[in-house]
Amino acid sequence: MLASIVSPSGLIILFSIFGIGGIGTTLLRGNNRAQNLWAHIFSITGALWGLIFAASALISNREFYVNGLATSFPFLSLSFHIDKLSSLFIIIICLSVLFCSIYGIGYVKSFYGRYNVGNYGFFYNLFIAAMLAVVTSSNGILFLFAWEIMSLASYFLVVYERHDHKNVKAGYLYLIMTHAATALITLAFILLFNHAHSFDFNTIRASVPSMSMALKNIVFLLAFVGFGTKAGIIPFHIWLPAAHPAAPSHVSALMSGVMIKTGIYMMIRLFLGILLPIPLWWGLTLIIVGSISCVLGVLYALTEHDIKRLLAYHSIENIGIILLGLGGAMVFYSLHLPTLMLLSLAAALFHTWNHATFKSLLFLAAGSVALATGTKNIEKYGGLIKSMPQTAILFLIGAMAISALPPFNGFYSEWLTFQSLIHGVLSGDILVKWVFLGGLVSLALAGGLALACFVKAFGSTFLARPRSVMAKGAKEVSIWMRSGMAGLAVLCLVLGVASAYIIKSLESLGREITASPRAGLITSVSSRQTLQIGHNFGSISAPFITVVAVATPLLVWFVSRYFINRHQKITSSPTWDCGTDITPRMEITSTGFARSLTMIFQPLLRSNLSYDTAPAGSLAPTSIVATVGIVDIYKKYIYGRMYSLINILSIYFKKIQNGNINAYILYILLALIIALAMGI
Amino acid sequence: MHILAWALQILFVPLLAPLGVGIINKIKAKVQRRQGAGLLQPYRDIRKLLHKDEVISEDASFIFNIAPYIVFGITLIVGASVPLFTSVIHLPSSDLITVVLLLATGTFFLALAGMDTGSSFGGFGSSREMTLSALVEGLFIASILVLVILHRTTNLYLIAGSVHLDYADLIAVALAGVSFFIVLLAETNRFPFDNVDTHLELTMIHEAMLLEYSGKKLALMEWASANKLIIFAAMLVNLYFPVGLASNLQFGTIALAITIFIAKLLVVYVAIAVLESVIAKLRFFRLPGLLFTAFILCLIAIGLVK
Repeated sequence: MLASIVSPSGLIILFSIFGIGGIGTTLLRGNNRAQNLWAHIFSITGALWGLIFAASALISNREFYVNGLATSFPFLSLSFHIDKLSSLFIIIICLSVLFCSIYGIGYVKSFYGRYNVGNYGFFYNLFIAAMLAVVTSSNGILFLFAWEIMSLASYFLVVYERHDHKNVKAGYLYLIMTHAATALITLAFILLFNHAHSFDFNTIRASVPSMSMALKNIVFLLAFVGFGTKAGIIPFHIWLPAAHPAAPSHVSALMSGVMIKTGIYMMIRLFLGILLPIPLWWGLTLIIVGSISCVLGVLYALTEHDIKRLLAYHSIENIGIILLGLGGAMVFYSLHLPTLMLLSLAAALFHTWNHATFKSLLFLAAGSVALATGTKNIEKYGGLIKSMPQTAILFLIGAMAISALPPFNGFYSEWLTFQSLIHGVLSGDILVKWVFLGGLVSLALAGGLALACFVKAFGSTFLARPRSVMAKGAKEVSIWMRSGMAGLAVLCLVLGVASAYIIKSLESLGREITASPRAGLITSVSSRQTLQIGHNFGSISAPFITVVAVATPLLVWFVSRYFINRHQKITSSPTWDCGTDITPRMEITSTGFARSLTMIFQPLLRSNLSYDTAPAGSLAPTSIVATVGIVDIYKKYIYGRMYSLINILSIYFKKIQNGNINAYILYILLALIIALAMGI
Repeated sequence: MHILAWALQILFVPLLAPLGVGIINKIKAKVQRRQGAGLLQPYRDIRKLLHKDEVISEDASFIFNIAPYIVFGITLIVGASVPLFTSVIHLPSSDLITVVLLLATGTFFLALAGMDTGSSFGGFGSSREMTLSALVEGLFIASILVLVILHRTTNLYLIAGSVHLDYADLIAVALAGVSFFIVLLAETNRFPFDNVDTHLELTMIHEAMLLEYSGKKLALMEWASANKLIIFAAMLVNLYFPVGLASNLQFGTIALAITIFIAKLLVVYVAIAVLESVIAKLRFFRLPGLLFTAFILCLIAIGLVK
C-alpha cells in the first residue's frame, strides 16, 4: 500500500492535481464563486495528497529517483529525488498550504468582481506546484526552472491587487531582487557543472572531493547570497518587507512561512549534503549573518506600524534563528562533532517547521484584521478583541508561539537552538567559542525584543478601545477563514507537545542528509516523555510543561473563586484617568509603545523624529505634525549606490545601442570573427 | 519525608514571599527613622484585598481577567522549579531556558493586561516594562551562562548541587553574581529600575500596569510580584553561592538547610533594602547603560572560565 503511494506515479499525481487546479480555474471564465472553489478544492486535495505521499515516504523509509525523462532541451532532464529531507519539506509546505487554502476560500470572496479570480487560481496553484518541484528536483536545470516559476508565480500574486500602486512597486522590487539572486545561483550551478560536467545533484556530489578549495568557496559565496536573498537575510532582505505585505494574506502566509524556507532547504542540501567536507569559516559566516539578521530583523519589526510589514520583518528574525542552528551544524561538521551537528541541524529544521506554522497563522490573522477593518495600519486598530474574539485568540496563540513562550511550538525549537549554541560555546577554540557566544546573546536579545514587539502588536491591535471608525465597525471574519487559522493554532500546540519525538526523528533524518550514518544521537526520550540532551546536560518535558502551564492558572482561579470570598461583588465602571473623559486618543499607540526601544537602539536604527509646525509666520502654531521614522540605510547606502553605479554604466552602454542598423551588422560581423577565431 | 519535601518545595515560595517584602519595608522604614508597618503587614494586605469587592473597567477584555491567574500561576511553577533548600528533588521544568521563558510568559500577560483597559498609565507602564524586560532577558541568560559553562549543564538543580569549587573560577562566578543581582533588581522592579512604592505617573513601571486592578486580582498580582522577588533571591544565593543545600531528604538535614537558606535570603533582602535606602532611582534612559555594564561583567566572566 505504502509502496504504491511512494512511487513516481504518486509524485505525478501530486503535480497533476495542482495542474488541474490551476488550469481549470482559468477555464471557468466569469463565474467567480466556481473559480474560487475550484482553485482551493484542488489545492486542498493536493496538499492532502502531498501529506499522505510524504508521510508514507517517511514511514516506509523509502526514497526513490525519477530518472530518464529526458526532454528535447539540452541538459534538462525531469529527474526528481524523494528523500527524507524532501519529504520533510513537502510536509511543511503541504501543512501550510492546506490551512491557507481553507482560509483562502473565505478571503478570495473579497476579490469578486474587482479582480480576475481565474488568474489568481492559476498562479496560486502554479506557485505551490513550483515550491514542491523545488524541494524534489535533483537536477540543476530542472531546479532552476522550478525556482524561476516559483518566483514568477509569486510575483504575479504580489501584484495581484494591482489597483494599489504600492503593490506594483513592491512587486517590481521583488522581481529585480529575486532575479539578481537567481543569476548568482545559476552562476553557482554553472561553476559546478564546469567541474562535474553534469547538472545532476548526485554526479556533482560524487565529483566534489576532487574540487579545488577556491572553487568551493566561490560556489559557497554565490549560493549563500543567492539563496540568502530568497530567505531574506540582512542585507539582502529589502524586497521582503515590501513584497510580503502586498500579496493577498494567505499568499503572504505561504511566502513568509514556506517560500523563503526553500532558500534554507537548498542551503542544507548544498552545504550539508553536496559540498562536503566544508571548511570551518562557512558555518561561522552563517552564525554571524544569522545573529545580525535576528537582532536587526526584530528591531525593524518594532518600528513598524503596518501589521503585515511587522510580520515580514519577524520572518527575517526567524530566518536568522534558523541560520544560527544551521551555521552551528556546519561548524560542528567541520570540527568533526557529528553528534552535535545532528542536534544543531534538528534545531534548524524544527524551527523551520515551527516558523512555517506560526508565521502562517499570524499572517492569516493579520489578514483577517486587515480585511475586517480595511487598513493595515496598527494605529487605526484597537479594541478588536471585542468584535473579533476568535481571531484575537488565534493571533494570541501565534504571538505566544513566535515569542517562544511555553507551551507552544516556538518555545521548543528556540530551547533546542539555545542548547546547541551553548554546546558550541563549550566545544571549540577561542574563535568558535566567541562566535557561538555572539549567536547566543543575539538569540536571547532577539527573543526579548520579539516579546516586546508582540505585546505591542497584540496590545495595540486587539486591546483597549477602537481608535478609528473602521475598527469600530469591524466584524468577525467568515467561518472558512477562522477554520484555516484554527487548524494552524492547533498545529502550534501539537508540534509543541510532540516536540520530543519530532526532535529525535529530525536528528535521525539529519544523519541521512549528511550521510553520516554512524553519528550517535545526543538526545534521548525518557520514559516520562522527557527529552534529554547528553548526560544530564539539559532536559525538557513537553507534556509536563503543557499540563502544568494550563493546570496551575486554572487551579489558582478555582481556589480564589470558590474558596476565598465566594460572594464577592464585581462591578463595572469606566477606566480611571484622573477625572478626565477618557478617549481613544489617550491610549498608547504602537509607535509610542516602541518609542523607548527605538531611542535606545538609535545608533543601530538611525531613527529620527522631525517636527513640522504650520503655518509659518503666525504667532502660535495651530498644528504640529511630528514624524517618527527610520532611515532605510540599506536603500540609502547599498542599493542606492548600486543603482547610481548601474545608471552611470548604462549611459556608457547606451552609446553602443545607437539604433543605426549598419552598426548592428558590424557587431554581428565582429561577433562572427571572434567566434571563428576562438574556434581555431 | 519525600512528600513533605515536595510540599515544602511547592509552598515555600508563596508562603514566605510576603514576609520578604515585609522585611524589606521594615528595614527601609528603620533607615528612614520611621516605625514602619509590622513584618506581617503584606499578609494582612493580601488578606484584605482578597476579601474586597472588585471594580473592573468597561473596556477590559478577558485578557485582563485571566492575566492575574496566569501571572500568579507562573510564579508558582517557577517557584517550585528553582532550587530552594535542597538539590535532590527537581521538576522537569528546572532548566535555565525553561525558567527564563516561563517568567517571560508572565511578563507577557502582565504587559497585555496593562494595555487592556486603555488607560494612558497602563499603556506606558507596559511599554516601559517590555523595554526593560527585552534588554534584561539577554543579560539574565548571559549571567547564568557562566555557571552553565562551569558545570556543563543547564539544569538549575545540578548547578546548585555541584560541589565543584575551583578557586580559579571564583572571580568569574562573583562577577556573574554581580550582574545577576542587577538582573534581580530589574526583574523585580526594585531601585534603581523602578520604585514599587510610588504611584507617580512619570516614573512608575510595574504599578502602572496594575492600576486598574482591585480586590482578588490585585491581591494575586501583588503576591505574584513578591513571589518573583523570592525566586530571584533564591536563584542568586543557590546558584552563585551553593552552600548548605540539603543533599538528602532526612528531617534534620532539611531543617538545617531551610535555616541556612532563610539566612542567605535575609542577606539578599537586607542588601536590597539598604541599596534602596541609599541610592536614587535612575532616569529611564540611563538604565540601558547600567544593564550594558552588567553585560560587560558577564563577558569578562565568560572569558575567565575555560
